[in-house]
Amino acid sequence: MADPRPPAVALEGVAKRFGGVIALRDVSLTVAEGEFVCFLGPSGCGKTTLLRIVAGLEPQNAGLVRMAGRDVSRLPPSQRNYGIVFQSYALFPNLTVARNVAYGLETRRLGRAGVEARVDALLDLVHLRPHKQRYPAQLSGGEQQRVALARALAPSPSLLLLDEPLSALDARVRLALRHEMKALQRRLGITTIMVTHDQEEALTMADRIVVMNHGVVEQIGTPADIYTEPSSLFVARFVGHMNLLPATAVQPGRARVGALTLRHRPAPGVGPGMAVTLGIRPEEVRVGAAARDLDNRLTARVTSVQFQGAFTRLGLRGLGDGGVALECDVAATALADLGVKEGAEVPVALAPDALRAFVEPPGTHA
Amino acid sequence: MSVAVAVPERVVRRRVDAERGLRGALLGLFALFLWVFLAWPMAQIVWRSLHDNRGAFIGLGNYVRYVSTPAIGVSITNSLGVASVAMAVTVALAFVYAYALTRARIAGRGLFRLVAMLPIFAPSLVSAIAFVYAFGNNGIVTRQTGFNVGIYGAKGIVLAEVFYCFPHAMLILMAALAAADARLYDAAAALGASRVKTFMTVTLPGVKYGLMSACFVVFTLVITDFGVPKVVGGKFSVMATEIYNQVIGQQNFTMGATVSVVLLIPAALACVIDRIVQRRQYALVSSSARPLAPGQGRLTNALLFGYCALVAAAILGIYAVIVGASLVTRWPYNFAPTLKHYRFDTIGGYTPLLNSVGVAALTAVVGTVITFAGAYLVEKSRTAAAGVLYMLALLPVAVPGMVLGLAYIFVFNAAGSVLNRLYGTLAILVISNLIHYFTVPFLTATTSLKQMDAEFENVSASLGVPFYRTFWRVTVPIALPSIVGISMYFFLNAMVTLSAVVFLVAPGTELAAVAVLLLDDAGESAQATAMSVLIIGIGLLARLVYWALLRGVTRRTQAWTTATQEPTSTA
Amino acid sequence: MVRWALTLLVLLLAAAAPAGAKDTVVIYTALEPEQITDYMKAVNKTLPNLDVKMLRLSTGDISARFMAEKDNPQADVIWGVGATNVMVFKNAGLLEPYAPKGLARVQPLFRDKDATPSWVGIDIYMSAFCFNTDVAKKKNLPKPESWADLTKPVYKGEIVMPNPASSGTGYLSVASILQRMKEPEGWKYLDALDKNMAEYTKSGSKPCKDTASGERAIGISFEYVAMKMKKDGAPVEMILPKEGSGYEMEANALTKKGKSNAAAKEFLDWAITDEAMSLYSKYFAAVSVAGFPVPEGLPKDISKVVYPNDFDWSAKNRDRILAEWAKRYQK
Repeated sequence: MADPRPPAVALEGVAKRFGGVIALRDVSLTVAEGEFVCFLGPSGCGKTTLLRIVAGLEPQNAGLVRMAGRDVSRLPPSQRNYGIVFQSYALFPNLTVARNVAYGLETRRLGRAGVEARVDALLDLVHLRPHKQRYPAQLSGGEQQRVALARALAPSPSLLLLDEPLSALDARVRLALRHEMKALQRRLGITTIMVTHDQEEALTMADRIVVMNHGVVEQIGTPADIYTEPSSLFVARFVGHMNLLPATAVQPGRARVGALTLRHRPAPGVGPGMAVTLGIRPEEVRVGAAARDLDNRLTARVTSVQFQGAFTRLGLRGLGDGGVALECDVAATALADLGVKEGAEVPVALAPDALRAFVEPPGTHA
Repeated sequence: MSVAVAVPERVVRRRVDAERGLRGALLGLFALFLWVFLAWPMAQIVWRSLHDNRGAFIGLGNYVRYVSTPAIGVSITNSLGVASVAMAVTVALAFVYAYALTRARIAGRGLFRLVAMLPIFAPSLVSAIAFVYAFGNNGIVTRQTGFNVGIYGAKGIVLAEVFYCFPHAMLILMAALAAADARLYDAAAALGASRVKTFMTVTLPGVKYGLMSACFVVFTLVITDFGVPKVVGGKFSVMATEIYNQVIGQQNFTMGATVSVVLLIPAALACVIDRIVQRRQYALVSSSARPLAPGQGRLTNALLFGYCALVAAAILGIYAVIVGASLVTRWPYNFAPTLKHYRFDTIGGYTPLLNSVGVAALTAVVGTVITFAGAYLVEKSRTAAAGVLYMLALLPVAVPGMVLGLAYIFVFNAAGSVLNRLYGTLAILVISNLIHYFTVPFLTATTSLKQMDAEFENVSASLGVPFYRTFWRVTVPIALPSIVGISMYFFLNAMVTLSAVVFLVAPGTELAAVAVLLLDDAGESAQATAMSVLIIGIGLLARLVYWALLRGVTRRTQAWTTATQEPTSTA
Repeated sequence: MVRWALTLLVLLLAAAAPAGAKDTVVIYTALEPEQITDYMKAVNKTLPNLDVKMLRLSTGDISARFMAEKDNPQADVIWGVGATNVMVFKNAGLLEPYAPKGLARVQPLFRDKDATPSWVGIDIYMSAFCFNTDVAKKKNLPKPESWADLTKPVYKGEIVMPNPASSGTGYLSVASILQRMKEPEGWKYLDALDKNMAEYTKSGSKPCKDTASGERAIGISFEYVAMKMKKDGAPVEMILPKEGSGYEMEANALTKKGKSNAAAKEFLDWAITDEAMSLYSKYFAAVSVAGFPVPEGLPKDISKVVYPNDFDWSAKNRDRILAEWAKRYQK
């Protein structure tokens, strides 16, 4: 590692059980100083539990939690120096916005004026200074979320923990806040861990994503890595949309799907005769003229045309017995050129370098 | 998926810091409190019932003697019989009353409700005394009509208990009837169901849990009450008076303990079933239910109004008798007005009343602090030990007051115990009230805590704010309406309770409700009614204060509780 | 650790209770409440240094309580409790012999025979019937003149008497009947009486007071309350039964507590002074010091109207009689 400083957060072999249920199993990862990391996974995957272990709100059964090199595994939450925003925000309803933000400052020897100045600065940061004297119930959901953020940041913690901070908001507000929060995090340079089940949120906000499933880490990587190089079928299915074709490996780099034999990306560990799943993202499927001279070509019938705004999703089915079903995204601009409609037959190509092979048969993580 | 690694059962223990230590210590103190003043005394009751008066272990000998002595054993069947009849009558009467108040459009509903609440403000035996004045052999009604009800015995007990339990049943039934879903009635109407059919198929099933709950509450109240049978029981013996006679009359503590344990069974059973039933009741009303607007046919409205007026008049009449009897020279021979019964010269003046007010106030303050703080500590520490404490906190509701009082004699009057210091003090009266009425406030506090965001403590921990500061600045202010309610509950009950404290009063710590009993025992019924009038007056006054307090609290908290209705901008 | 915490808790809670002042004396008594008010006025004037805390219950109840507290005695002084019961206390070793000042004035019949007496009597009271003439007229009831009359069927459900287990009046009546008629004839009489009984009350004065209010026609009580009710204007008459009334002596005693209590002795001294006696004599047929007047309406010489009481027999047989009584009549 080039950076000589210890990581802001390091988890080593963390495990957690609730009675007979294992919630986390041997989780190890690091978060670098100033990094924005997302714990992403379906509900029940253990991501929130992991965050609460980092926060010290939940005792782990095994493993270490380090912050900036310091072992905090046995420290109470109050000695771990982080700020946290919960899904519910947990704003104190009987205190004004200003008093909420000042809550963590009052026990520090700042003096009245000091507290006041810090509160104003934070409210400026989240653009809520005019609402200073209001009560939380008088604010919209998005405003409440920003108050919670300001409160968490007020004592200048070295780490910010966000537990599904946007999931209680409606879609439009959520989109706007994503950008605002990300910008704020950049500006402050504060190390941040956010828990979310929304892959779009993770992809747009995180520097790195930790994809979790059933209490284990499936993959850690940048959003681009995770999207383009999913390490497992689970990640492929959970992040973004992907066409999945059950297949049988024939020889290295080739697999049979129905009557077709398709070339795919080299996949280590795949031997002839093994059941594999081939995956390709809808936008990587070529149709019409674009498919003409490419490898892995087949002819398919358009079974549905779904207008989705920026692009149109075509439902395709390969001709012949047991023809594969595929979905393909075509940009709005390209659609006119293509000129397809339901029932039309089109050439389709699955570019070998876009076609990934996963050893697990589909349905493993259904 | 990675290789399965064994995950140990034990968690990585958090280092104990001052805050954690404090929390643990407070929880320990709460546990000690429940142990010393609840679990240990109750264990003593059971223990004693297995021994004879000299302290030799005799197993179930006392129980065998109890059920096989026909004179004593008959109290079991008497108790069950009286409680069942009183339960049926009370619930039936209260149901119609509650139905009228919630479902019919009749005038003066608020007034009717208020009048029906009156019996709550007086000790149970007061209603019995009033019934004697009205329907006794020489009662005013008996004299006027020449018809003698024959009040001494089972009949009188049922009558007075119905009067005493009426508001308890009414409140439960009103809550159940108010929670109706109008959509069901619309559906019934659309299907062309007749009014009777709608009542049988929609109304009754909708309140069945409320009905059951009311039944259990009344049954428990009656079977554990001894004030009423004490006054009008005559030669009719019930279990509660049996305990009193065994303990106070004969100081036969082991037999008292034996009857107590037997009395615990129906009372505890009723409580357990009631808890299960209540949980179902809440589940019955879905969040999408539409409230039902009151309204009935004109004739029904008129009939219901007549019924309410009749019941309210009867209650007021009984109260008028109490007040009247306390103000005349010699009921029913000399109606010259006098205040002499208010001198209480035979019981040393106003000391008992002042003691009662003091004990009630202390019970309210200390009880509110302990139940709320206890509920907080239990609710916020999700440990197995806290679970045990929670179960323990639910226990008192099933313990009849007399049983608790007797248990306290065992524990606090034992030779060589440090707890001896409490015996004969006002403190033990406060504690016994506190435990006797512990469960309902504890559950109220727990409910209001559960309604709060569970992350408040976590947020403050992350901000480095100790839990007690958040408790004081956030939890308490939010729960203030519940807290005020809890203190009022403690105060009112401590003012009128008789059963637990009757065994514990000592020279210098006499209480007003016990004074009513002793005065009646000594044949000083006029002074007994005078004392009752003062107890009722203080109760009503306290209620007024409570009402004003609640208004104040509501006004103060309005800023942040009703603000959600204001139009808000979006981010 | 637990013990320590327990002690702390108790001390905290006990702090709310008033600490024991120096001249506190705790008195258990079965004297009638309205009399006590009268006596206490004098006590407070004569002995202003005393802080008197008093528990007043009916004779049986106060005795049972005193016995029950024998391991942790609360009372310092027994004042005006039935001699039959006080003798039981003495036999149980709960009393401290003490000769109050002025003991010589007390008639020999009224004191424990030991040189330093364990108890000293103060008064004698006797059973009497109350009869409500108003109720009698309405129900056409003849006036009963004797114990024997009370078993007549015409009085069915009209009579109340005190429970002998809780009330001294109740016990003296039952003991007197049993002494006069002898067992088992006495029990046969009580069986017949029980058939007419409406209720057994806890206190000895309540039967008469219930009669005075017209709730009952006949109440078996004691002489003072009967006269008092009449004087208060209730339509009642006092009847002293022809066969002779039962009677009982009430006595004072010092509790054995292991430490000397000057205040308690001070009170016991006062309780047989002429001041006290003259107050008692307002209420009782006889007091233990000779020469005090008898209340108006009562015979000058009560020996003419009472059936002689064998106190020793009454005390010795108390438990047995009460057990038998409870078996027969407590339902």
